Amino acid sequence: MTTIEVTDVVKRFESFEALKGVSVTLAEKRIGVVGSNGSGKSTFARLLNGLVLPTRGSVVVDGLDTAKAGKAIRRRVGFVFQNPDNQIVFPVVEEDVAFGLKGLKLPRDERESLVDTVLSRYGLEHLRQQPAHTLSGGQKQLLAIAGALITNPACVVFDEPTTLLDLRNARMIARTIREMEQTVIVVTHDLALLNEFDRVLVFDEGRILVDDAPSAALARYVERMQ
Amino acid sequence: MSPTPSSESHAPARTRPGRSPLHRMPAGIKLLVLAAAGTGLAFTTSLWVLGGALALTGAGYAIARQPVRRLFGVIRPMIWLLVPIFLVQGFMESWILAVAIVTRIITLVALAQLVTLTTPSDTMIAVITRALTPFRVFGVHPGKVALAISLALRFLPVIGGLAQEVRDAQRARGLGHNPLALALPLLIRTLRMAGDVTDAIEARSGGDDDEDAAPARTPVPVTPRAGSAAASSPAPAPRSS
Ligand SMILES: Nc1ncnc2c1ncn2[C@@H]1O[C@H](COP(=O)(O)OP(=O)(O)OP(=O)(O)O)[C@@H](O)[C@H]1O
Ligand SMILES: [Mg+2]
Repeated sequence: MTTIEVTDVVKRFESFEALKGVSVTLAEKRIGVVGSNGSGKSTFARLLNGLVLPTRGSVVVDGLDTAKAGKAIRRRVGFVFQNPDNQIVFPVVEEDVAFGLKGLKLPRDERESLVDTVLSRYGLEHLRQQPAHTLSGGQKQLLAIAGALITNPACVVFDEPTTLLDLRNARMIARTIREMEQTVIVVTHDLALLNEFDRVLVFDEGRILVDDAPSAALARYVERMQ
Repeated sequence: MSPTPSSESHAPARTRPGRSPLHRMPAGIKLLVLAAAGTGLAFTTSLWVLGGALALTGAGYAIARQPVRRLFGVIRPMIWLLVPIFLVQGFMESWILAVAIVTRIITLVALAQLVTLTTPSDTMIAVITRALTPFRVFGVHPGKVALAISLALRFLPVIGGLAQEVRDAQRARGLGHNPLALALPLLIRTLRMAGDVTDAIEARSGGDDDEDAAPARTPVPVTPRAGSAAASSPAPAPRSS
């Protein structure tokens, strides 16, 4: 179980403050993040694995500060982005899945078996040798998830993982996320995705406006949006 | 129970399995030929030499038993690059030069495509990485070069797709075929994509310790414990709807 402590974080891009003092401790298994466009959700998500470093304040993942131990944290916290096309970096499915293992100097057969396991976990084994660009959107997003999970992170952050998918693929990805045994933190505009989550944060203009159980938090959010 | 991905059409793999002499030729030799052709053709504008090189490349497709449509498949998306180059060269220099330059580009792209069609990309990347290892002393980072090559292979079709999208969007709004009108939106979308890809690489490269040896604190096991990933990821959901 991962614990992420975000303390008094301000994130400034030039003169613009995307996050204006955010403090929260994340320890639940399934956490949702919602909020209007530009409210700071993606910036917040990127803080959690050190892709974005705070201008002020700190983010500590299981005792490691993201400002000091970026790589160790990225092994611990995986990240899946909105656009599946932009996170697949190798031309062929099996090569891409193995990308996260580069530099770990695993013996070849161990690497192969990790690739096998994660591909079959997500029903992609028959696509092993396919060029990634021939996959459907849903398959690409599954591949992105598989690629993030191959290093066995304790936590996975998703930034709008279903936004670019059709209904069927969005549901398939939503189910995949629900069934994951890792801690998951999901930024989304798809409120149904968060139904059985443990906790939902509502962002508004760079601050956490509501922090509550999904039903209560989403009700407040919907009310505010009207 | 694993989620079943949609049963979309399964396009053929990029590297077609095959037993032709070109498939069996060592990847290093193919890359050397490609490099030699790239360098050699850059110094000539002779239509005879360039035309001959194109014909040889075509013969390569035949030897590798690659259907000609694969060759056109590569050239078609490049039309939008080739037409302006052809026109600019033609008006500014000479039409013969324009033909030579376009023939050179088509030949090299077709040859590069022939190499990728007959060589698995991991083999190719491994060969390149090995070839570059001696240059480490000059600050060349073979792993990075290999990554750059993989990225180029991976994103060529994606950028081709983007170009198609931009063109369709322009046609839908009644803009005709205008290669220059294509360039700017395509450039912007490609740059934005590059930013995303950089983030994704960063997010996924926790294992790559080559670069920053600085943060010494690494309490997370570097190697997934024996079978731990295998044991954890495929486990059925402990809680489900
Ligand atoms: N790299 C950056 N440089 C400058 N400004 C940025 C950068 N990243 C984000 N911002 C700004 O910070 C604000 C918050 O952006 P963020 O992406 O976190 O919003 P979001 O809640 O994820 O929005 P959306 O729902 O549209 O994805 C926006 O106004 C955005 O323009
Ligand atoms: Mg966002």
